Amino acid sequence: MNASPFWQLGLYLAVLLALAWPLGRYLAHVLDGRLSSRYAWLGRFERGVCRLIGSDPNEDMPWWRYATAILLFNIAGVIAVYAVQRLQGGLPLNPSGMTAVEAGSAFNTAVSFVTNTNWQGYAGETTMSYLTQMLVLTVQNFLSAATALAVVIALIRGFVRRSAAGLGNAWLDLGRATGYVLLPLSLLFALFLVGQGVIQNFSAYRDVKLVEPITYQQQKTDARGQPLVDAAGKPVMETVKTDKQTLAMGPVASQEAIKMLGVNGGGFFNANSAHPFENPTPLSNFAQMLSIFLIPAALCFMFGRLVGDLRQGVALLAAMTLIFIAMFAVVQWSEMHANPLLTQLGVDGSAGNMEGKETRFGIVASTLFATITTAASCGAVNAMHDSLLPLGGLVPMWLMQLGEVVFGGVGSGLYGMLVFAMLAVFLAGLMIGRTPEYLGKKIEAYEMKMVSIAILITPLLVLGGTAVAVLSKAGLAGVFNPAAHGFSEVLYAFSSAANNNGSAFAGLSVNTPFYNILLGLAMWLGRFVPIVAVLAIAGNLARKPRLAVSAGTMPTHGPLFVVLLVGAVIIVGALTYIPALALGPVVEQLQLFGH
Amino acid sequence: MKTLIRPALTLFLLLSVLTGLVYPAAVTGLARLFFPEQAAGSLIHRGGELVGSELIGQSFSGPRYFWSRPSATAPMPYNAGASGGSNLGPTNPALLDAVKARVATVRAAHPAQTGPVPVELATASASGLDPDISPAAAYYQVERVAQARGLPVAALRTLVAQHTEGPQWGMFGQARVNVLKLNLALDQQRP
Repeated sequence: MNASPFWQLGLYLAVLLALAWPLGRYLAHVLDGRLSSRYAWLGRFERGVCRLIGSDPNEDMPWWRYATAILLFNIAGVIAVYAVQRLQGGLPLNPSGMTAVEAGSAFNTAVSFVTNTNWQGYAGETTMSYLTQMLVLTVQNFLSAATALAVVIALIRGFVRRSAAGLGNAWLDLGRATGYVLLPLSLLFALFLVGQGVIQNFSAYRDVKLVEPITYQQQKTDARGQPLVDAAGKPVMETVKTDKQTLAMGPVASQEAIKMLGVNGGGFFNANSAHPFENPTPLSNFAQMLSIFLIPAALCFMFGRLVGDLRQGVALLAAMTLIFIAMFAVVQWSEMHANPLLTQLGVDGSAGNMEGKETRFGIVASTLFATITTAASCGAVNAMHDSLLPLGGLVPMWLMQLGEVVFGGVGSGLYGMLVFAMLAVFLAGLMIGRTPEYLGKKIEAYEMKMVSIAILITPLLVLGGTAVAVLSKAGLAGVFNPAAHGFSEVLYAFSSAANNNGSAFAGLSVNTPFYNILLGLAMWLGRFVPIVAVLAIAGNLARKPRLAVSAGTMPTHGPLFVVLLVGAVIIVGALTYIPALALGPVVEQLQLFGH
Repeated sequence: MKTLIRPALTLFLLLSVLTGLVYPAAVTGLARLFFPEQAAGSLIHRGGELVGSELIGQSFSGPRYFWSRPSATAPMPYNAGASGGSNLGPTNPALLDAVKARVATVRAAHPAQTGPVPVELATASASGLDPDISPAAAYYQVERVAQARGLPVAALRTLVAQHTEGPQWGMFGQARVNVLKLNLALDQQRP
């Protein structure tokens, strides 16, 4: 019974809601400054920090100034991440002697971590020094999440304030999100993870004497370390015997905690949350899944409290949960079946598709994780998505393409869903011929233009980027799996980058100038174009008066609105992406099961 | 704009120090205090020598040991300095070739077994470092190991049963056998 997928799903959702409810209450108190106005000493501390950094604590920023502040703060992040990667060879905390990261890769990683994508073209344990992992990558795990929390708070103020000029103080919002929310939660979660076996140390990599020595083939190299090839251009192989295994080490738990809580997803190691040092037990896995959805779910409750009607937040949460459950059912159904081609070869099919999955998680904990990590914009993986069966891979891809609004990222999930909520009331308004309003604010032409920009920028990047890649030599050079699956790899990569997810069909070789630059641009535009559009909406809404509820107001808290909202998300996602998906996973599904 | 640059930079530096230096240092200190063994990697020593980690699998292919899952790490299997999966798609001919070869090797080494090959012995894990196999995959190998070591089959079945971990807290994950710990116990019983 315990292994039953829907028992696990029910347990997961029950624990999630039980934790998100009190956290939502806490968030409503700290993020909008209620706590610091209640406790004078906290207010004094915040004003002191403001003066220290050279800003006026009472400043109420208009939307464009708020947006500029957010952009400057994030540009500083990109420069720092890039610089430390390039200089890491000469910096301390580098026991394995990692050298400077190549420029294209360093650019891609800098954008990736600043935009909360945490797409990884590199392998952590062979590329990054401990200092780089801590001082810039861990930092951006915090600050990118804080950025999106600030943006969503600003948007909520746009709904709540009446005839107001400003959206609040970006510096205070960033600081509160980091200091009161992300840091304490991460500290607790990191210690829990160490208790389960996640490592946290600064040792050099440890050499182990193997219990049974192994022999393996590797490509021979010449005196200068260059790989040798024979006259026909084939690699010259040699047989090597060794009794040594090298264990990668590092300060993993501190990064792992915020990687999940901040819905970032960039692994310390190449194998991410499949690596036993990142995710050692089924319990740590369950906790990691919870921590992905925890803040996004709590934000829905916080939203309801801040707008003065809890049902508004519950409606958004209900829409997210409905889509999530349906998507999980498809992935689970797909992966519990064995790959028929392997069963024909004599492999036991009763355990499902275990290629690219870990024994300690099995099918259910792997499919649940895959659905959660792509519904949210996390992108951590505990199974290799490239080896999912075709439909099992289609759903994670489509969940990203829906715009990362099904729980989504910390903050970005909620502001993304609110953009869709405005679209939903607009569509409803068209149907009944009334000016749409949401939470007492009229949704007019300006808002709808910004909503369109926020919703359409990612499909443009995903489909345009995929088209460029599959039409160019440099793009096709990276493809690893043949035929339809190869197309899926490219489509997945751009879906992941532009929607700031960060998971991959990892067979694709992306550490090339072509992909580093193109995906870097997709991540940056996919993140900050919607952020600026959302802040513009917030600024415009804040200026408007709040209308009283009348008989003609469409309620946005009931089942009817939930259906409308789900419909808006699904219809936009389906119309935009089904043609592209048909060329990849759908073709492969027909090839695998069609005869 | 000018009045925003200085706060942007100073706040960024302040929060970088807090979350990038103070926080990891605090976690390291507390981890060392409460969970020193886990923080160091759950290492296993035998006769004073470091022989592995409870969490990281090792490759076994000889007749005298229980085998782990195939591993897709390069250049050698179970390379714990470069983790990763095969990333082979379900219709990739390379996956089918690899599985065909593994099935042939497993079948040749276990002539007594006539049923299908347990999936863990034919497919690569996500990390390439999977320390576990299913109990079914362990029992599948019992006769071979018993014969190679000159041990009774029943004794080995008991050993596998002792090393089978049920789902954690009775509800998370699935039953599994840690191959390295099982093989170390085997060496201890009959070196």
